[in-house]
Amino acid sequence: MDAFTTLTAVAAPLPAANVDTDKIIPARFLKTIKRSGLGTHLFDGLRYAPDGSERPEFVLNQPAYRKAEILIAHENFGCGSSREHAAWALLDFGIRCVIAPSFADIFHGNALKNGILPIALPRAVCDALMQDAAMGGNARITVDLERQVVIRPSGEEISFAVDPMRRHFLLNGLDDIGQTLQHEASITAFEQARAATQPWIPAIPVI
Amino acid sequence: MNPMTQSLFDKPQTLFDKPQTLFDKLWAAHVVETLPDGAAILFIDRHLVHEVTSPQAFEGLRAAGRKVRRPDCTLAVADHNVPTSPGRVGAEADSVLQLKTLEENVAAFGVPYIPIDDPRQGIVHVIGPELGASLPGMTIVCGDSHTSTHGALGALAFGIGTSEVEHVLATQTLIQSKPKAMRITVKGRLSPGVTAKDLALHIIAEIGTAGGTGCVIEYAGEAVRALDMAGRMTLCNMSIEAGARAGLVAPDETTFAYVRGRPMAPQGEAFDAAVAYWRTLPSDPGARFDREVVVAAADVAPMVTWGTSPEEGAPINGGVPNVVTADEERALEYMALRPGQGVAGAQIDVVFIGSCTNGRIEDIREVARVARGRSVAEGVRALVVPGSGLVKAQAEAEGLDRILIDAGFEWREAGCSMCLGMNPDRLTPGQRCASTSNRNFEGRQGPGGRTHLMSPAMAAAAAVTGRIVDVRELGVRELA
Ligand code: SF4
Repeated sequence: MDAFTTLTAVAAPLPAANVDTDKIIPARFLKTIKRSGLGTHLFDGLRYAPDGSERPEFVLNQPAYRKAEILIAHENFGCGSSREHAAWALLDFGIRCVIAPSFADIFHGNALKNGILPIALPRAVCDALMQDAAMGGNARITVDLERQVVIRPSGEEISFAVDPMRRHFLLNGLDDIGQTLQHEASITAFEQARAATQPWIPAIPVI
Repeated sequence: MNPMTQSLFDKPQTLFDKPQTLFDKLWAAHVVETLPDGAAILFIDRHLVHEVTSPQAFEGLRAAGRKVRRPDCTLAVADHNVPTSPGRVGAEADSVLQLKTLEENVAAFGVPYIPIDDPRQGIVHVIGPELGASLPGMTIVCGDSHTSTHGALGALAFGIGTSEVEHVLATQTLIQSKPKAMRITVKGRLSPGVTAKDLALHIIAEIGTAGGTGCVIEYAGEAVRALDMAGRMTLCNMSIEAGARAGLVAPDETTFAYVRGRPMAPQGEAFDAAVAYWRTLPSDPGARFDREVVVAAADVAPMVTWGTSPEEGAPINGGVPNVVTADEERALEYMALRPGQGVAGAQIDVVFIGSCTNGRIEDIREVARVARGRSVAEGVRALVVPGSGLVKAQAEAEGLDRILIDAGFEWREAGCSMCLGMNPDRLTPGQRCASTSNRNFEGRQGPGGRTHLMSPAMAAAAAVTGRIVDVRELGVRELA
């Protein structure tokens, strides 16, 4: 995972609530066995007409936002399925940060594990950032994870909360598995204790 | 514990004296270690793996030279992307590759796998409980959000992303912060003709699709206790549509009777020992929940969704709201409905009966009850996709397939099918579908498709009338 420290970029406004994972990446694109290459199908239904041509009104098709790295949306972003493909598609397109009033739990976790920073801010603040974003390439928003602030084009700083462990992992580009394996002795001890106290738990048979 | 008793023990009240919720107990029983920031390394008892969210996880293991730590806690099956046409013909090339990749991965990593042609194959959330692989008291995860289904057994079951799939494969644990506890108490009994699906849609319409965000929901109350295991699974299945991490129903005699004798469950004395433990799990009297919601069962009517979010639902005789928000307006435009207009009477093109929400034998019996002696309306395509091969075999043993085929339904092989439209089972743009699945998102069942979520009985009524109708008006016949 790439580390996330600070990001100064164009932000794309997506003023919709409940942006679900089927919208972010429809199921028919989940047949891939790879993580990469999903960016072209990000928001497929919104981005392309049935004949495959781009819908000019969709924000990421507009010249100012084709290279946006921040996305600003309304409540409950990423609801729906657990598909990590949603995070991979955003990342493959180039989005490294999503700002919204709230996020669905699984998406939130998936984003963090892929170096995408989800920032939850009150609706009024998101609306203000949405207005900044409406200025397109004329406005850049900075996200500073070290200091936990979003800096508006006006220079105003807005602080945000982030889980301290997740912040540490993001800043250093650490992956969870390596960290957990440092606790391997505890896992083994737990497994042994469990086998002793609940011996009735069956093994899944080899089929 | 009252103060008198406490003084007898002559010790200050400890953590263990504090009344605990079912969720607290499940959580505490699986904490391997608490990390400095409060998150826990949580042990996972069962990891269910399917073809769509696992390839990148196995690829990650391979790249890091890691193995699967506990194949004996892992069970793989293909469901999302398999053809469900009779004889399983017509698989698309990229779907075949995904299935092949799963088969290669389970062979290489020694993971127990139910092959596609095995009669036990089926939707991962149907087969887990059905085979007894999912048990009360366990932690159960799968790279699929509807893992919440297994909570019906009294297990802590939740969906995870692919990075977490890899994490569980490598470590048999997950790093998790403890969610909040929410209780939804359903007072009284559901009315005749009202099902667990209606209850689920009613609750989501009440609390919203983010109503349970950050929470594990325990369903309680008379109406929940009265549900059979299939109904409890339907209810817990839809928890994720309310934004919750997981749903739970406390294990009771209904649960134990369901689990007894299942092939992968403990047998004999081991089963008795397990039951003794499972009996300790229900929430203690006085246990504190972070949030409580009370629902009156009498208020629940057969529900149908009108919009593109599971919360956009109403009783069949209610309607689409008169005043709508911008998001709702967009939803109505997509669904080709107008504010103030009811969904009752809307013509439908396709009926989909199946999915991990309503693909169990009990659901198919409901459909057959409505379909018996009737026929699918002209111009309507109606699919019945059993949740597993065992459900299919059971239905055939009961003669339900004949009733359905005679009525003009398609009788298909087990899989996720049109629930998510990954394989050729898809709506075409503009088609209106009465569906027993769980998501009515734009394009969920195929680009441009319009989904109305409802119960199996309501979907069956839609099939035989060609319209969205109140199944109670049809009169329900008994199966011979
Ligand atoms: S039936 Fe639908 S919701 Fe259930 S696991 Fe399959 S795709 Fe997911």
